[in-house]
Amino acid sequence: MTVTVEQDGGRRVTGRHHPATRSPRRPRDSYALFLLPGVLAFLAIVVVPFLMNTGVSFTDWRGVGSPEWTGLANYRDLLDDSEFWASFRHSLFMVVAMAAVPTVVGLVLAAALFDYIGRHYGSRVVAVLRACLYLPQVLPIAVAGIVWSWILAPDNGSLNELLKAIGLGSWQQDWLGDPDLALYSVMGVMVWVQIGFPLVVFMAGLQRVDPQLHEAAELDGAGWWRRFWHITLPQIRPETYVVLVWCTIAALKVFGAVYVLTKGGPGGATNVPSYFSFTTFFEKTQVGYGAAISTVLTVIILVLALIGLKFQTRAEDAEEGGRT
Amino acid sequence: MTTAIRRSPVLVAMCIAALFMVIPFLIVAVNAVKSPTEYSRNGPLSLPEGLYLDGLKDFWERVDYGQKLINSLLISGAVAVLAAVLSILNAYAIGIGRIKGRTWVLAFFVLANMLPQEALVYPIYYLSKEVGLYDTRLSVIIVFTVIQAAFGTYLLSSVLGQFPREIIEAARIDGADKWQVLWRIVVPVSRPTIGVLLVFFFIWTWNEFLLPLVMLISNDNQTVSVALGVLQGQRLMDATMTNAAALLGVLPAIVFFLVFQRTLTRGIAVGAVK
Repeated sequence: MTVTVEQDGGRRVTGRHHPATRSPRRPRDSYALFLLPGVLAFLAIVVVPFLMNTGVSFTDWRGVGSPEWTGLANYRDLLDDSEFWASFRHSLFMVVAMAAVPTVVGLVLAAALFDYIGRHYGSRVVAVLRACLYLPQVLPIAVAGIVWSWILAPDNGSLNELLKAIGLGSWQQDWLGDPDLALYSVMGVMVWVQIGFPLVVFMAGLQRVDPQLHEAAELDGAGWWRRFWHITLPQIRPETYVVLVWCTIAALKVFGAVYVLTKGGPGGATNVPSYFSFTTFFEKTQVGYGAAISTVLTVIILVLALIGLKFQTRAEDAEEGGRT
Repeated sequence: MTTAIRRSPVLVAMCIAALFMVIPFLIVAVNAVKSPTEYSRNGPLSLPEGLYLDGLKDFWERVDYGQKLINSLLISGAVAVLAAVLSILNAYAIGIGRIKGRTWVLAFFVLANMLPQEALVYPIYYLSKEVGLYDTRLSVIIVFTVIQAAFGTYLLSSVLGQFPREIIEAARIDGADKWQVLWRIVVPVSRPTIGVLLVFFFIWTWNEFLLPLVMLISNDNQTVSVALGVLQGQRLMDATMTNAAALLGVLPAIVFFLVFQRTLTRGIAVGAVK
């Protein structure tokens, strides 16, 4: 994800362009007409609802009647709301489970598949293994939730039965019902869901790495680990930024998994901002307050997105500068 | 086994990792064909004694699963096509038309793509009620067409930005107008990217949960994801029924995966670093 390609249209493109073939101003501008349906649709479905939501966050509104302006009252309440802080704390756990762990594990798995398995056992084996690891990514999150809540069920759940069968019966737990454990169980499920994405992106990135670099380093006596650290990692830095930003944003947006696995419980132990705003909107019908929660979430996500894009653009520019 | 580990430890480790990812699917499949008595007698880990399909049949009829599949197919299919068309129009103006201020327009689409749906869901719910589209499949189709097109516009714009301009100039000299250039030249040449978009949009929409959950409340309109998620949320299903639900939810995903696997894995790479 980057906007580099389009940056100003100038820098990279001008070299290839003959000034003579550049079309004159008049016909070029009528291209804007093609943008019209898109712009109108976005105004109606994204911009207007978003502005409405932001506006409502400054009011007290129960979904009917007219909203009552309260200024920053909702945001002031949020600061004192322990539920709000807990939901964002849980978000950090989700970032670990959906961004940090999958990125590191995905990188190792991708390197192992690409460097080792691919070279020794052929691309067929790689394709099959990659498909298995990627499979959870195409599963609807609601379905993944059903599968796992059944596996993790306290009575008759597969995990507890398995522990009993191998003689670890004392390790049996109410995985999703114990307030101290539920968050970690949800994290485990999210790692399982998420791992395929970084894996596939990294494997595509590894194909870009010039094999001659590896061969030269190997001749110089560098071991696998040193080559991984000094050649592979720097080369796929753009992919790493992409994966980290996307996964972090996905982690902040987690909703379906929490809805299906725990409903934010037990006792709010797995509540996350999106689920918190959902229940505030539709169960407590405190629309103004829910809007404030989702606005805070939006601001955090947009700031992260901008930082991520900036880093990625820089990494790609550096890489391109290094090549030419 | 030990010699296999010693000879190729990496392969064995990878196979174990892959197995761990797939095992939940296998357990679900195994238990969905057990009868309730067999399940309570032998537990979830035993192999089934026979093929018991009544659980699946009961579940199918109870939730009217055929209707849910049709709803999901209709919504996802319509969104895939409409969002692709919208993306093509946007990207044509940005990538090939190089309209003024395109960097800003593109940045706008990127940010719209990142926006959490939580920040849109209540106004969309409210507005759809005002215009009488609440609890219709059309409302979900409209909303996701726009949301998915944000990503499509972004991806296609950067692909079309590198479109060989000589071809377009040649067609223009031959007298083709912009509309003809778009549909007769740009779209056919960009078919691989558009294919990736169609597959992505279809699967993403199929898997969407929050907005369909809010927008589709009547049984006749619900998608597979919503119907299963709501059932699970109500905690009314016994073990056999849960397994039937899980298997019937997993199967379409596996079918799409097998059909689209190549496009998917290649497409993600294109989408991520373009």
